[in-house]
Amino acid sequence: MDTIKFQRSLTNMHNKTVSELKKYIKEKEISSLELTKHFIDRVKNIDTQLNSFVSITEEYAITQAKKIDLEISKGEVRPLAGIPLAQKDIFCTKDLKTTCGSRMLENFISPYDATVVEKLNHAGMVIIGKTNMDEFAMGSSNETSYFGEVKNPWNTEYVPGGSSGGSAASVAARLVPCSTGTDTGGSIRQPASLTGVCGIKPTYGRVSRYGMIAFASSLDQAGVFTRTAEDCAILLTHISGYDPKDSTSSRKEVPDYEKECKKKFTNMVIGIPTEFLDGLDDEVKEVFEENVKVLEKNGCTFKNISLQSSKLGVSAYQVVAPAECSSNLSRFDGVRFGHRADSVKNIDDLYKKSRSEGFGQEVKRRILIGTYALSAGYYDAYYLKAQKIRKVISNEFEQAFKEVDLILGPTAPDCAFKLGEKTNDPIAMYLSDVFTVSTNLAGLPAMSLPMGFKNNLPLGLQIIGNHFDESKILSLAHHYQQITDWHLKKPEISGD
Amino acid sequence: MWESVIGLEIHVQLNTKSKIFSPASTDFGAPQNTQACAIDLGMPGVLPVLNEEAVIMAVKFGIAVGSDILDNSIFARKNYFYPDLPKGYQISQYEIPIVSGGCMEIITNGKSKTINLTRAHLEEDAGKSIHDLYPNESAIDLNRAGTPLIEIVSEPEMANAEEAVQYLKNIHSLVRYLGISDGNMQEGSFRCDANISLKKKGSDILGTRAEIKNINSFKYVESAINHEIERQTLILDRGDKVTQETRLYDPSKNETRSMRSKVEANDYRYFPDPDLLPISIDQDLIKSIKDNMPELPSAKKTRFIDQYGLNEYDTIILVSDRDLSEYFENVLEDSNLNPKMTANWIITEVLALAKKTYLSVKDYPVTSDNLRDLLLYVMDETISSKQAKEVFERMWENKENPRDIIENEGMKQISDINELDKIVDNIIKNNYKSVKEYQSGKDKLLGFFVGQVMKETKGQGNPKIVNQLLKEKLKK
Repeated sequence: MDTIKFQRSLTNMHNKTVSELKKYIKEKEISSLELTKHFIDRVKNIDTQLNSFVSITEEYAITQAKKIDLEISKGEVRPLAGIPLAQKDIFCTKDLKTTCGSRMLENFISPYDATVVEKLNHAGMVIIGKTNMDEFAMGSSNETSYFGEVKNPWNTEYVPGGSSGGSAASVAARLVPCSTGTDTGGSIRQPASLTGVCGIKPTYGRVSRYGMIAFASSLDQAGVFTRTAEDCAILLTHISGYDPKDSTSSRKEVPDYEKECKKKFTNMVIGIPTEFLDGLDDEVKEVFEENVKVLEKNGCTFKNISLQSSKLGVSAYQVVAPAECSSNLSRFDGVRFGHRADSVKNIDDLYKKSRSEGFGQEVKRRILIGTYALSAGYYDAYYLKAQKIRKVISNEFEQAFKEVDLILGPTAPDCAFKLGEKTNDPIAMYLSDVFTVSTNLAGLPAMSLPMGFKNNLPLGLQIIGNHFDESKILSLAHHYQQITDWHLKKPEISGD
Repeated sequence: MWESVIGLEIHVQLNTKSKIFSPASTDFGAPQNTQACAIDLGMPGVLPVLNEEAVIMAVKFGIAVGSDILDNSIFARKNYFYPDLPKGYQISQYEIPIVSGGCMEIITNGKSKTINLTRAHLEEDAGKSIHDLYPNESAIDLNRAGTPLIEIVSEPEMANAEEAVQYLKNIHSLVRYLGISDGNMQEGSFRCDANISLKKKGSDILGTRAEIKNINSFKYVESAINHEIERQTLILDRGDKVTQETRLYDPSKNETRSMRSKVEANDYRYFPDPDLLPISIDQDLIKSIKDNMPELPSAKKTRFIDQYGLNEYDTIILVSDRDLSEYFENVLEDSNLNPKMTANWIITEVLALAKKTYLSVKDYPVTSDNLRDLLLYVMDETISSKQAKEVFERMWENKENPRDIIENEGMKQISDINELDKIVDNIIKNNYKSVKEYQSGKDKLLGFFVGQVMKETKGQGNPKIVNQLLKEKLKK
């Protein structure tokens, strides 16, 4: 690597975007190894206060970075060559532990790489660690992780949101330029909102779910966290696409989202669901409405729309997601992998003890709810009814998108809350997802991006698009970031 | 007083190359757990992908029994914990199966009856628990996990064990004709659950049923059903009620015993599997399967009777096994063999040896070509039927062709009396001295003369005729 003459100093590299880093590496202004070390050092120094990483994969990352640098020296430059990345610990990695935030998988190493991991590795990215998350992605505050709660970089007494709280916090604190996440009911967008970063949840089927440990299969979708819409677009292009290993992945062609989002911004008609603003916190509402004005001035047309049934979203979600999770998590039985209880009497005892010890409280709660909802005699009243609501919600969105290009609203009902504030009130916790779950139920793409602050804590703006309209979402988001600077604000903890 | 009512659920392993939801091989007999990939092991994050070959096989079956092939049938998860069920659920079909309705004709005691099918659905097999390998532990082999199955469910329309077995045999024969399963019952490729209940004679109201699980031979099905009918009769006769339950048949004791009652029955919490899309069936696919359907047992039976003049009894035996019927026709091929004689030979000689040596048609050491040659030797009286049986046994044992055996053993005969007559005359003429000795009482010399004739005929003289001729002529 000594042969490469690096013109650029490493100071401030953590403030650069993926788009910028890509250029520096390509132009050989920095090496992947230096960049990787720089970010790993930051994780080591800063993450003690945040706990956003479950594991730092230093050795692996350095080997990867050296390999990439060697390729670059030979003139082979992969599209995202040498850029450090954190993978949410829900994505299976062949060479690294995958815990899913659970004691159940504390020492689990997958025999294969998730498709998302494979794609980003192939694009040349360097995994520097696996990020903390709510156990099995069940939570909205990142307090259910077996590996401890993650703290909000803007104020470490506050939650970063969940379940992809570690991925969001690490990008917010500039410990890594980008990270992956998964979103089942808001698990990318809500933490993005609470930590002031960009997070996109693509259309269901846009990104392969293979190797992403399933929570609720019909809702789960992988996405990314970055600081800019442009970076979201860059990464999304690389993780999207049909995967023969995932029957629910779409064969629809993947556009170059980076190009798409930078195309000349055309006037869009944007719907605001009145239900999203009813009873909304005054300050949040104020911030949101200011942003609407900004966009209006810049060529967007706004229209009030109604998504009446979205109010039922949380209820339907809290049946469908636990139902699927109760089945998806059955494989963690202590027989083949994961936690196995000691000194058991028989097979039933093995199941009971391994699962009692391996799963945390929230996971158990959802397994129980889901098992109940699917039981004989209750199936029609719960699961089937929830599926009907789901259909109604989908239809409402479909109607809405006949009139508008995109739908806009706040991502979460409020800014981040204090650690421990809602842990004993699951219903209050579930309501953090009130604006996000409907899009999962309908399989729609949506994104959160920073739009302002309340009490020095970030607030997120949610853009919802029609199926496979990621380009439109990213275009609006990118345009918005050209005229605002919320995405450039950084928490004190990130330093200079 | 009581009439029995029987319905069967038959599990047929489909002989696809790979598993129903994973690329792992389905070959039987590989070392334990060597044919289970991450998907079969239910590793975190894996997803099932449907093997289209299994769908085609299910559709073939459906078409063969005249069912409706349902478009957009749905896979559902059947949730229960068992160590050899890696995911904690079995992917099956519940509300909408791929095959609906259809029927199968059976003949028992010369009477024909139609058994209606309820449905047939696709599902994955579980692995195997092995309880006798380690003293205090159970072992699990997941090679079988994910092997495709169709479960064929009949209406409760069979009246006795005989009908049930006949129905089972017909389905067995059919899946082998269709080439969708090897039907190997020992290896578990074909197994069945029997639902049995008794009702008052003439009544339409079905009684409480018991389900006997996992019976894997025709014989066991018969005895299990008969035993269960007996057990239920005793209960009802003394005025008690049959409990709805699942029972296991124990062939060593010839009895069924309770496995679990309805009260303890699992609630499987079926729901549509979100990892799999509904199975869309292309009409072109159905058409192409229909166009390429092999001749099915019932059609073949009619044809054998018409074309070869066989009786029904023989025909049923030949046709019950697709391979055997093809063997029969291959033996006949391009020859003037008598079909009846050929059928007889196969049914008596071939099947007897096959049974004795536990070989299925594909493994017969005697090829259809060799059997044809042998029978032709019998037909042109080259050898006698009795010799042919000897030759056949040797063919079976050593995979030799009949010509070699007949020639090496000198079994191929010159039975032409005129020809032998000349040779015998010649020998007598040239061995004047020996003739005299023989005639003076040295009987043992007959052997010498036989030897001479055989030498002259290169061992092909019919020994019976040669002996007879020599004795006659030497008397003089």
